[in-house]
Amino acid sequence: MTISLTPKAAERVEKYLKHRGKGLGLRLGIKTTGCSGMAYTLEFVDNTLPEDQIFESHGIKIMVDPKSLIYIDGTELDFAKEGVNEGFKFNNPNVKAECGCGESFTV
Amino acid sequence: MALLQIAEPGQSTLPHQHKLAVGIDLGTTNSLVACVQSGLPTILKDMDENKLIPSIVYYGKNEIKVGQEALHYLSTDAKNTIVSVKRFMGHALSDIQYRESLPYDFNGASTDIQIKTSQGYKHPIEISSDILKKLKDTAEVSLCGEIIGAVITVPAYFDDAQRQATKDAAKLAGLNVLRLINEPTAAAVAYGLDQKKEGTFVIYDLGGGTFDVSILKLHKGIFEVLATNGHPHLGGDDFDQAIAEMIRQDNQLDQLSHEDKRSLITHAKTLKEKLTKSSSAKTIINFSNGKEIIFSLDQDTFLKATHDLVHKTIQPIRRALSDAKLSIDTIDGVVMVGGATRMPHIQSEIKTFFKKDLLNDLNPDEVVALGAARQAYTLAGNKSDQDLLLLDVTPLSLGIETMGGLVEKIIHRNSTIPIAKTQEFTTFKDGQTAMSIHVLQGERERVSDCRSLANFTLTGIPPMVAGAAKIRVTFQIDADGLLSVSASELSTNKETTMTIKPSYGLSEEQITSMLKKSFEKASEDKEIRALVEAKIEGEQIITAVQNALDKNGSQLLSKDEIKKIESAMLLLSSSLQLDDPDLINSHIKNLNTLTELFAAMLMDESVDKALKGQSIDKVNL
Repeated sequence: MTISLTPKAAERVEKYLKHRGKGLGLRLGIKTTGCSGMAYTLEFVDNTLPEDQIFESHGIKIMVDPKSLIYIDGTELDFAKEGVNEGFKFNNPNVKAECGCGESFTV
Repeated sequence: MALLQIAEPGQSTLPHQHKLAVGIDLGTTNSLVACVQSGLPTILKDMDENKLIPSIVYYGKNEIKVGQEALHYLSTDAKNTIVSVKRFMGHALSDIQYRESLPYDFNGASTDIQIKTSQGYKHPIEISSDILKKLKDTAEVSLCGEIIGAVITVPAYFDDAQRQATKDAAKLAGLNVLRLINEPTAAAVAYGLDQKKEGTFVIYDLGGGTFDVSILKLHKGIFEVLATNGHPHLGGDDFDQAIAEMIRQDNQLDQLSHEDKRSLITHAKTLKEKLTKSSSAKTIINFSNGKEIIFSLDQDTFLKATHDLVHKTIQPIRRALSDAKLSIDTIDGVVMVGGATRMPHIQSEIKTFFKKDLLNDLNPDEVVALGAARQAYTLAGNKSDQDLLLLDVTPLSLGIETMGGLVEKIIHRNSTIPIAKTQEFTTFKDGQTAMSIHVLQGERERVSDCRSLANFTLTGIPPMVAGAAKIRVTFQIDADGLLSVSASELSTNKETTMTIKPSYGLSEEQITSMLKKSFEKASEDKEIRALVEAKIEGEQIITAVQNALDKNGSQLLSKDEIKKIESAMLLLSSSLQLDDPDLINSHIKNLNTLTELFAAMLMDESVDKALKGQSIDKVNL
């Protein structure tokens, strides 16, 4: 089971955490809503949960709850720029279909 | 794939839970609606996959058709099919010069523009709102959700009346206007120019029937329109006409039916569009009498035939540059807007003129709507505050009444809002414990020439000599144009606040006429101000000197000195009856010189008094 960050994403997360002034790492997860069934969540972590699986990539701790992990195992989080927008991108090998906007997906 | 941002713990938003807000390019010929989806501004299509919605409204007996559906009524029922309603917005009937050539029946009895249709008289605002309704429906169907608000673009030269009319049309269409922004600003935003720190940009907008050039200055995230110019009847349609005219002359087509004329224009347009990609183009035209024409056109011939049209756009650019007092080399970027700017010879001409590469990689038909969508997305609260662009300005100056019925402006006209400005005032009379704050709007110098917005009183000022109290008056206008005024006395911190809605109750005509008058009466106002100020100063000095003479005059001055001062006072007070500020000022100066020594003695005396009987450690020097 792995969850990883691209160097570019790790660099960004580190910058954001530093700017925020606190936080243990990053939480990746899924929510079961959205037009294609599931949606990603991306949050800072202030408290780990007992059931959390903790990964580390390029020095950044990544927390994932076991339920989400099933759906996002193997995911690599990337940081991308598209035109004037920038943000994080889930490269999730489990995805079978995405909704048009890419904000939610099915496995 | 959407680009995600890291949220605070537990605060991830659900997908599609962004507040839906759209950007609308309400054009003269065509309109578009766009929305930011997954972080990218996108043009929304109607059910027939059309992006461009013609700004045409057809009023049938029992139906209203808008856009593509209204298009074919143009030839069958021109009277009831309204095009280019944007040209009528915010105007009186008498403003419309080419009224005779229009196919509409206007209500001659009204000063407002009212067009007679089979559904009764229609006001431009109503017609415009029908277009906006169509755009709103298109967006709601496409986005599967309710729209919380819209940013609508207007030409930079739109005055307050035209902007208000656009706002009213949106209200009528059930759209919540987040903000009206200038079309050139929207184009600049679409290219992300607002992300830069500073810069001066030219927006070249050649649409279907209008040409606008605007010069924008970006300063701390705010776009200021430095100058606009253009041509109200110049656009892509004229290039079609030029080609159609060529075909007509080459083939000696004289008497054409209405239908054939229309088909000729359509073919001309196709040729023009083909020529943007290849050096020559060919078309076959079938006329209603069975005649068939094959017409081919190469880039060079087209260029020669339309060179004058392209050149017509250069003059307005020169004028705009000179209005803004800028030279070509100070321009940091040139944005191309409008479908007609696709024509290669326009691109090369403008590129040569500015000696600069053009910003033209976005679809020129869509760029304004895309920029508006980005703005709407931010204003709806989907992005952090630091990205917020502030573009609204106050239409008229705001200020308070000071002595003598003059207006002291605190927030000047054209200030970007939100804004807060503070100014300190003082008391006029000894022992004054209250101050009346009279809030006014307008450009003129005298209270009676401005519009009164509110009146309130600040009480509880501790009694002090005139001029010693410090009263801080703060004017604040929030992003919605709501004005609040607060006044506080600094030594006691006693504060009174009042909220005022400035734009309400002032009709557009009132605003326009107030502005006009202030320009006309500027020099007259200046003289009045000088006179009133001189009179106030004169009165103040007389009172002060008289008080001092009564108190200490006999102790400190000789009889002769008192006499001299008194006669100077008399001269001054009689000059106050005459309306000559220079005379008053010279007498004030005279009295001031005479009493200089006396004032110094008074100062010594009061310092003496203050120090007498005090131990040294109690005196703060």
